[in-house]
Amino acid sequence: MKASPFAYFAPDTLQEALDLLGSLDNAKILAGGQSLMAMLNLRYAMPDQLVDINGISDLAGITEQGGRLSIGAMTRQRVLERDSLLFQKAPIFREALLQVGHIQTRNRGTIGGSLCHLDPAAELPALAMLYDATLIARSAKGERALPMAEFPAFYMTPALEPDEILTRIDFDAWPQDSHFAFVEFSRRHGDFAIVAAGCLFSLSPSGTIERAAIVLGGVGAAPMRLTEAENSLIGQVPGRAAFEAAARAAQDIEAMEDSVYSAQYRCHLSEVMTRRALTKAWDRHQERAA
Amino acid sequence: MDPRFIGQSVRRQEDDSLLRGTGKFVDDLDPHGLTHAAFLRSPVAHGRIRSIDTSFAAQVPGVIAVLTLADLRPVLTSDRLPVQFKSDGLPPNIGPYILAKEEVVYVGETVALVIAESRAIAEDAVALIDLDIEELDPVTGCQQAVQPGAPKAALDRSNNIYAQFDMGYGDVDQTFADAAHRVSLALVQHRGGAHPIEGRGVLAHPDPMSGQMTVWSSTQQAHEARGFLIELLGLDETLLRVRTPEVGGGFGAKYLLYPEEVSVTAASLLLGRPIKWIEDRREHFLAAIQERDQFWDVEAACDASGKLVGIRGTMIHDGGAYVPQGVNLAYNAATAVPGPYDLPNYKLSVQAVATNKVPTIPVRGAGYPEGTFVMERVLDALADAAGLDRIEIRRRNLIPVSAMPFSTPLKSRSGSGITYDSGDFHAMYEQALKEIDLDGFADRKAKAAQAGLLRGIGVACGIKGTGRGPYESATVRIGKSGKVTVFTGAMPMGQGLKTALSQITAESLGVDPGDITVVCGDTNTISLGLGGFASRQTVVAGSSVSVAAKAVRDQALHIAAGLFEADVGDIELVDGMARVKGTEIQTSLKELAKIAGGSPGYSLPTGVTPGLEATEYFMPTGLTYGMGVHAVELEVDAETGAVTLQRYVVVNDCGRAINPKIVVGQIHGGVVHAIGNALFEFMGYDEQAQPTTTTLADYLMPTAPEIPRIDVHLAEYPSPLNPLGVKGVGEAGCLPTAGAIVSAIENALGAKNNMIQRIPVMPQDLFQFIQQGKQSSAA
Amino acid sequence: MTNSAETLHTVALTVNDVPREGTCVARQNLADFLRHDLHLTGTHVGCEHGVCGACTVLVDGQAVRGCLMLAVQAKGRSVTTIEGLTRSDQELGVLQEAFSQHHALQCGFCTPGILMTLVEVLQDDPDPSEMALREALSGNLCRCTGYQNIIDAALAAAAALRQNQK
Ligand code: FES
Ligand code: FES
Repeated sequence: MKASPFAYFAPDTLQEALDLLGSLDNAKILAGGQSLMAMLNLRYAMPDQLVDINGISDLAGITEQGGRLSIGAMTRQRVLERDSLLFQKAPIFREALLQVGHIQTRNRGTIGGSLCHLDPAAELPALAMLYDATLIARSAKGERALPMAEFPAFYMTPALEPDEILTRIDFDAWPQDSHFAFVEFSRRHGDFAIVAAGCLFSLSPSGTIERAAIVLGGVGAAPMRLTEAENSLIGQVPGRAAFEAAARAAQDIEAMEDSVYSAQYRCHLSEVMTRRALTKAWDRHQERAA
Repeated sequence: MDPRFIGQSVRRQEDDSLLRGTGKFVDDLDPHGLTHAAFLRSPVAHGRIRSIDTSFAAQVPGVIAVLTLADLRPVLTSDRLPVQFKSDGLPPNIGPYILAKEEVVYVGETVALVIAESRAIAEDAVALIDLDIEELDPVTGCQQAVQPGAPKAALDRSNNIYAQFDMGYGDVDQTFADAAHRVSLALVQHRGGAHPIEGRGVLAHPDPMSGQMTVWSSTQQAHEARGFLIELLGLDETLLRVRTPEVGGGFGAKYLLYPEEVSVTAASLLLGRPIKWIEDRREHFLAAIQERDQFWDVEAACDASGKLVGIRGTMIHDGGAYVPQGVNLAYNAATAVPGPYDLPNYKLSVQAVATNKVPTIPVRGAGYPEGTFVMERVLDALADAAGLDRIEIRRRNLIPVSAMPFSTPLKSRSGSGITYDSGDFHAMYEQALKEIDLDGFADRKAKAAQAGLLRGIGVACGIKGTGRGPYESATVRIGKSGKVTVFTGAMPMGQGLKTALSQITAESLGVDPGDITVVCGDTNTISLGLGGFASRQTVVAGSSVSVAAKAVRDQALHIAAGLFEADVGDIELVDGMARVKGTEIQTSLKELAKIAGGSPGYSLPTGVTPGLEATEYFMPTGLTYGMGVHAVELEVDAETGAVTLQRYVVVNDCGRAINPKIVVGQIHGGVVHAIGNALFEFMGYDEQAQPTTTTLADYLMPTAPEIPRIDVHLAEYPSPLNPLGVKGVGEAGCLPTAGAIVSAIENALGAKNNMIQRIPVMPQDLFQFIQQGKQSSAA
Repeated sequence: MTNSAETLHTVALTVNDVPREGTCVARQNLADFLRHDLHLTGTHVGCEHGVCGACTVLVDGQAVRGCLMLAVQAKGRSVTTIEGLTRSDQELGVLQEAFSQHHALQCGFCTPGILMTLVEVLQDDPDPSEMALREALSGNLCRCTGYQNIIDAALAAAAALRQNQK
């Protein structure tokens, strides 16, 4: 199928883009296009106007200041995957990104596009949730900061106004020696996960877990943090017992179901994937140490 | 003399242009004045059309015409397509409409056609056609179809049954009574779609100079398509030519003339413009044939030693909303059950029924995978019941080489007997076990267990009837240019058929295969042809080519012998020359062709007949059967139900391999298609028979990371049924795959009693089985 | 929703090192533009929804799905298609030759997308493992070959290219 007709605008500056969004009806923002283009071609999305923000160069890039990372919304997934600063400060990004789609889609797809598309199983929203990222949106009226926890409004719908553009994602890196892993259960390589789990934890000088974050993708309408499981890890010695206890907490979440996979199965996978993420993170450390 | 070209993995002559991107597929054709078609398709599975208002659509700038059935009627001889295979005893009103008339019977059925300056505009206009439909209750599944009080899939039929027949032999009921072990199984088999990466496509191109309509189609059957098109359009062979450009895979979906091809050609006749329609992927999901569902309820029995004594049961086959081709698919599945095993008694009652889903006809494998799966499940179940090893029970039931050729009491759908013509099944079976290193399996299993994974092994066998007749055509010609050309009604869709036929020709004519042009899929170049189905082309067309090439060789030798005043036996054909053996005396094939072409008013040399050319229609006396053994090792993640294939061995009988590399490639493709059927590919429908998997993101075809290395070993047991000794392999890889995989999964889980009765095996189902198993062993 | 007001855009770009120009409507995707406006039909379209990979071309050296990019977005960019892999008067390149040698194509419909993907993959990693290649090609569907010969051809091409580098 071919896309239905639309008028096309390719602003060079954010200001121009914001002006356009403020004035056009039934407009859509075209970021990397790796979801939207398919929806256009299938006529699932039929905007009258398309505002292409690929030409706005200052929307892309990765910077760090005082341990706080800032990623431009139009930074391509493939750039994130290979960026050495990001790898150094938040290596979980590479691990997760290698499971995002395929080379061809990562070459075009952007972090902002993925966040705004907000597929429940997508990796980048899960990472934003894991890091408690702050999302910066701009409109002609000004700028606002949304915590990731408040970013999902409904299923696959971000809490952005029609005239707003997501411009960047900010978050604090975890200490250098934190442990991390991102694991997925999917049918095929590169498919959206049925359940994905990401975790971060760091240890106190005495060797117990002092801080932990766990996120699940594919389970609810938006990625969810496992606060209870995180809390259960605090003060524990990393290892099987602690991980299993934390994972058990993941079982009790409320999971969605679709035409193929039941809520019950998803709950079970949540437990398994949580445990595997924690275990992988810790095993990696043990291997390095050995 | 040892063959020079046959049996060699010569470079494919198809490759060069495909690798440069210059090969032309149907959507690459762009004649002057081209227009584009898009279809309005039924949005509901069953409904009565109240009205179709095309007036808004017709006003869209760039739209040339909006056509309904009534508009096409002036150039049609019928509103409906015929049942395209000879099928006796089928009820009336089962052929698809060219465009819907009063009723729609599946989501995706063609309702109206827009012709426009671009495809995008045509689609814009389709969206503006106002279709008013009264929704009717759909038949959503084939089990429901035969329930009392079920809705009818189409209002003009008396019930939902297309065909019912019994198949079998022996006295099953008697033998069951005193059999040592009995099992019963309820198997649900789903085989989704064909999904060649190139969808269907057609370009109807009227030529005002010749008055001839050329229909370019991405089809597996140029001549069959022409035959039905001329019938439906009231034309004759001089007025309509079907040609095929490169065809990007078929797998069964393109062995059919569809409503789209007819309506586009009809529209082109009406409008006098070239019109192209290219199927998009969504349309392939909605409107290209599938193979889909069969429900089998069978009982089986064996004696104390594990030898089969009988199988009996029923099968319901989902035929979909129309019967475009016949009920051959259900028939094949039923005949495939005995497979390479000695089954003394067999009785199956089959019903092919209507549902409000897209029609089903054979996809690669054509029912054989389903029959094979049933037998393999039966053997696993009987082994478990008899306390026998699953690998051993197969050994005990395979037909021994001493019984070859082996006639089963069944008849193939053409009415001829089923006789396995050659092969040592036991030898192939043992080879597969050796290649997969059965002896080392225990170690590998133990190692996997350390990593928390359950490793299993499964072995399964299948046998495919290949090389269906009644004939295939071939003309071999050496023109006055000296060029060797082969014309055939056989139809390549990616197999490398041209290369194989060139090798066969080269063998007789002593020219390089790469210098031989093979022309396929052009109804103007040869009058008859049946095309690509049933793993037949190298067998049947190859044989025709072989016989024709030998005849041309004889002519060439004869002329050369006359020319050189030598014995025919002293002439050899090498490198495009006819030469007196051991001398420098020679002339080119070009010169010989000129001699045979004659000169106006002069006699041909004595004994020389006109032209260096021969035509042959090889008619096989029966199908030739190639056995295949698949052995698979896999790992199951008991926590998730995920299955990872680790090792895959195939031993397959291909008769004589013309081009081993091509043969192995065919088997790779077949295996992976069937891995899709076993583990991934599911075509979903909701309670209203609305398809729910209409993108490749929802319908999961296997990709490279899911596929293990496939270790193929060719067993070459020449067929006595054709001059080349070949057997077909196009579908062979599909047969035992699901049986081997499912058996291996159960082996991994240590499960008995045929826990898995449904394919594709979904991780969620498997996980549930594992949980149930845990519970029952705990209890 | 009619097209009467549909604006035509001029797209000037470099294709296979040659400056090209065409006009198209905004909704035209890059694959269709290459195929139907620039008549470079070697790039194929197998799904139009970003899954099959048949439409893969290089844009500024990176493999992208031609069906998931608008033609207007290619303005000023450098696009490489299968037709650009080897000049028509030249012998096949190492990768293409390996595909023929290893029988890595049957119908050849998926092949252009796979070749274009591999161009980038082998540039990035001249010595990939079999599994790395399988994962790198996970965005390309092939219904004919079962992938094995494609992987073998890619491994052989990688080895040959490394040899050439020496
Ligand atoms: S056509 Fe672009 S990915 Fe299939
Ligand atoms: S060669 Fe036919 S799809 Fe890949």
